[in-house]
Order: sequence, then structure tokens, then C-alpha cells
Amino acid sequence: MLGTFIQQTVNALTIGSIYALIALGYTMVYGVLRMINFAHGEMFMLGAYAAFLVLTVFVGDIGAVGAFGLTLAFFGAVIAVGFFGVGIERLAYKPLRNSTRLAPMLSSLGVSLTLVTGVQILAGPQPVAFPSFFPTTRYDLMGGTVTSVQIGILVAAFVLMFALYTLVNRSRMGIIVRAVSESRPTAQLLGINVNLAISAVFFSGPLLGAAGGILYASYYGIMSPTMGAVIGLKAFTAAILGGIGSIPGAMLGAYILAFVEVGGTALLPLITNGVLGTEYRDVLSFAILILVLLVKPAGILGEPVSEESMVYKREF
Amino acid sequence: MSVAGISSSAKPQASRLVAILVLAAIVALVAATPFLPNYHIRVVNSLLIYILLGIGLNIVIGYTGLLDLGFVAFYAVGAYTYALLASPQLDLHLPFLLIVGIAAVLGMITGILLGIPVLKLRGDYLAIVTLGFGEIIRIVINNVDWLTGGPKGIARLDKASILGVEIARPVEIYWLLLVTVFLVGLFVWRLERSILGKAWAAIREDQDAARGIGINTTNAKLAAFATSATIGAIAGTIFAASQRFVSPESFTLQESVLIVLMIVIGGIGNILGIVAGAAILILLPELLREFAEWRILFLGILMVVLIIVRPAGIVPRTFGPEKLIRGLFGK
Repeated sequence: MLGTFIQQTVNALTIGSIYALIALGYTMVYGVLRMINFAHGEMFMLGAYAAFLVLTVFVGDIGAVGAFGLTLAFFGAVIAVGFFGVGIERLAYKPLRNSTRLAPMLSSLGVSLTLVTGVQILAGPQPVAFPSFFPTTRYDLMGGTVTSVQIGILVAAFVLMFALYTLVNRSRMGIIVRAVSESRPTAQLLGINVNLAISAVFFSGPLLGAAGGILYASYYGIMSPTMGAVIGLKAFTAAILGGIGSIPGAMLGAYILAFVEVGGTALLPLITNGVLGTEYRDVLSFAILILVLLVKPAGILGEPVSEESMVYKREF
Repeated sequence: MSVAGISSSAKPQASRLVAILVLAAIVALVAATPFLPNYHIRVVNSLLIYILLGIGLNIVIGYTGLLDLGFVAFYAVGAYTYALLASPQLDLHLPFLLIVGIAAVLGMITGILLGIPVLKLRGDYLAIVTLGFGEIIRIVINNVDWLTGGPKGIARLDKASILGVEIARPVEIYWLLLVTVFLVGLFVWRLERSILGKAWAAIREDQDAARGIGINTTNAKLAAFATSATIGAIAGTIFAASQRFVSPESFTLQESVLIVLMIVIGGIGNILGIVAGAAILILLPELLREFAEWRILFLGILMVVLIIVRPAGIVPRTFGPEKLIRGLFGK
């Protein structure tokens, strides 16, 4: 029993870390631009494909890739996707910055569709086996099994999130991003380079999302052009759950969602006597989303903001 | 001044010509369709169903300025209502018009129930909640095998009949769809020009200002959402009656995105734009059969380019049905 519990806890932490990496991208973009970036799930997918490309093209035989090759592939892919994200923002969202609220969302929907179909045409629509980025050894932890892949994912995600947190809170760039996120017009009046902040967000968001994609693909050993859709939706749920616009909120929301999902999937068949099986896992996440909107729409760590205009209520 | 004078004097004649040409083309197509081979009539039928879906979704996207990415959920509600009430699945065989009524009410209720938690809050959450809801409906339909037949779907649906007249052949479905599209289009077009439609426009342009002048934005948005859901459900029943088979495959996320795409490319907030968008969306794959994948890629890129370069779409909002009518009668 304890073994199962520990096992499920580790599973939830692993999935939660991946959700967190993606949720950060949604929350940061929403913070500075107040838009839902539907193409963000595709950054997750592109990360896995880019890493696979680097491995096959530049390193050669996947089976015999050393630690150096894997590190190179990982960082090469995430940085490439980061720059790709900046490029997409420049091309598809920047011209719409003073347009209606709907326009950038529709544009990101178009980008998302284009990227998924583009990858489908280039790499084929069928799922592809993905090499594990970590040696697969199993450890026994008080009756539960923990694989080195899970440990690797946890460590990598923690390092990345800590790096982001430090950057946002300690660096000059972080101050700029936070200022723009608080109020874009005021930041502009104070002489802050708003474009720089937005570019920084569109670099780090896709970078983290791509890292999440690589970790996810090496956890499940598979990648497909459509893998970004459902995961992106869940990461967005996590961002809302934690309070959209809040960076610690996105991380917290991701872990809560993962624990509810893993716990719920394990308990659902038991509670309902097998009527509702594990296939309802995704339904559970969306039910949580609707529940959060009903009960606490600002999210756990989010500021209570009024609708649409995003004016902070305490200012009145 | 003189330039403006010239253009305004030249405009009525030009717009009259355009109006006559467009109307003549529509009338010619409508009249010629019944004489086409069955395969082509089926293509026209799916075009009409997409127009119907587009008209429904356009209320939310084009008139009210909210994004609904789970529209197929309501379409599915309508289709499965017909499939369950007129097939051997539950051994029920209700008349077609009654089912259309039931489906419309069910669609409206689903829309309101989904809209209440979301629309009271932030409009931009609607996109993500409807996206999730669309997926929920699809997963549930896929897994409640005893009711919906799961991934296999429900087959051998009854032939639709209205007042004893059987509607099963493509031509008959075509007339049914044509009448429905016309009636729904007329209703929605009048609705847009009603006081409720003006409230929607106000919300779309500036929600805070709309609230400032005393519009109950939550109720207006709910009305938009419910009307659109009702139309989606009606389209679903006709779809089920024409295919006489339903399965979850017809109600994927991609279908929702395609309907959004159709509206954006054709012209947001304009019924004539939807007709143009649907024509592009349905006829393009028929013309370019070998390039099935490239079609979606092309449409995705086209959507981004259009939103940036020509946000009004191919047929802008200003060129609506009233323009056609006004052009025709010279006023």
C-alpha cells in the first residue's frame, strides 16, 4: 500500500513537472499580452521533434549517443525552439498588438494548425519512437519503483524552474518583464523597452515548453505531431488553477492538477465500481477547470481582477 | 471633397452591379444543384451544413467577439439526439420535426449550462473551457458504449420525414437544408439588427463601455451562446438524418477549428462571408484531392495572413445581406 502510494506520488510529481514547464509559458504570455497562445502546445511538440532531429542529423546513431550528445541535443533543441517562438511572435502576433482581443488568439490558432500540419507533412502523421534521454535503471523506494527517467525529469524541471524564477525575480530583465506584465502602458511611459520584454517572454516560454516536450517524449518513449493539443489544454488548466499571470501559481497549479489526475485515475474505478474507468482522466482535468472557474475564478495565487479590462479591483 | 463626391456617385451603380451578379450566381447555383449527379449534391449538402454551422458559431465569434472552440459539442448533441430517438439503438422512432425541437432545446440547455460558469467571468476563458467541453463530450460519447455505441457509432438511423413526405435522397436533403439555412440565416440576420444584436456589438467593441451604458453583458453573452448552441444542435440533427449514421469521428477538435477558420477566412460577423468561407473550405479539397494535408497547412497560413493583412476576411462585414438588398433596389 505504501509502495503504491509512493509510486503514484512520484508519477504525479513527474507529470506535474512537465505540466509546470508548459504552464509557465501560458501564464507568462498571458501576463504580458493578455492573450491565450494556442500555439504554445505546439512548442512542446516542436521541442521533441527538434531534439530528435538534432540527435539523428548531427549526432548520428541514436543508440550510441553519449551524455555529451544528449546534452547537446537537449540544449540545441530548446534554444532553437526559443528563437522560433520569438520569430512567431514577431510575424504573427506583433502586428496585432493594437487590434481586437480576438485577433491574436485567432492568429495563434492558425499558427498552431500550420505547425501541426507542417510537422505532419515533414515527419509523417504517425507517432515516432523517441530515445530515452536518461539511462533506464529502476530503483526501489520503500516498495515503489522509481526509474532514473523520472528522477532525471524531476531534476531537469526543478533546475529550469529555479533558473526562471531567479531570472524573473533577481535579474534586470526580470524586472522589465514584471513591469510590462503589471501594466504595459505605464512601463512604456517609464521608458521600458516593451518589445524586449515580450521577446524575452516569447523566448523563455517556448524554451521551457520545448524542454517539457523532450522530457515528456523520453518519459513515454513516443512523440507525435498532435501530442501538443491535450497536454497544452491541461497545462493551461494548470495555469488558470494556479492563477493566470502568476509564475509560482502556474507551478503550484500544475502539481495540484497532476496529483488530482493521478489520484483520480487510480481511485475512479474503485469508487464507481468500475463504471468510470481510467479513460475519464482527461474529463477529470476539464471538470476541475470548470469547477475552479465557478468557485475561485482568480485561481489559487492569482490577483482578483475584473473581467476583460484586467483592472485590479483593489485599485478602486 | 470632389473625390468623395465622385466616389459616392459612382458607388451605387457599382454596388448594384455586384449585388445583381452575386444574387444571380447564388440563384443559378441553387437552381442548378438538383440536376447535378448525386455525388455533387452531397458535396453541396455538406457545404450547406457548414454554412449552417458557420451561421451559428458566427453569433459567438463574429457578433459578440468571444471565441468558442468546442462548437462541435453542440453539433454532436443534435446528431446523437436524432441517432438515439430515431434508430433501433433504443428502439425509439420519433418523428423528425419533434426530434429537431428536442435537439434544439437540448442544445440550448447545454449551451446555457456551459455558459453560466464561464460567461460570468472572463470572456477569453470561454475559448479554453469550450475546447475542454468539446473534448469531454467526445470522450464520453466514445466510452458510453451501451448508449452511443462507442467508437463504432450508431447506424441504421430512420429516414427523416416531414408530414408524411420522406426526406432521404440527397436532393430531398438538399431542399430541407436549403430551407433551414434560409430560415436560420434570416432569423440570425434579423437578430443581429435587433436590440440584442446591438448589445452584442457593444460587448464586442468594448465590454466595459457596454456595461457602462446599462447592458447586462452576462445575459447578452449567454443569449448569444445559447442561440449559437441551438443552431449547432439543429445542424447536427439534419447531419445525422442525411448520413443516417453517426460516430464520434465527426466531432473532433479539428472540426471545431475548421468552422472557426471558415468564419475568419470568409469574413467575421457576416453571413455572406460565411457562405464564401464554407465554399472555400468545402470546394478546395474537392478540387485538390491529392493535396489533402497541404490544404490544412494552406488554410492555417491563410488564416494568419488574413488576420494581419485583411482582418475583415474575404467578404468584409460592411458587405452584408442588407448591402445586396439595397444595391438591388437602388437605395
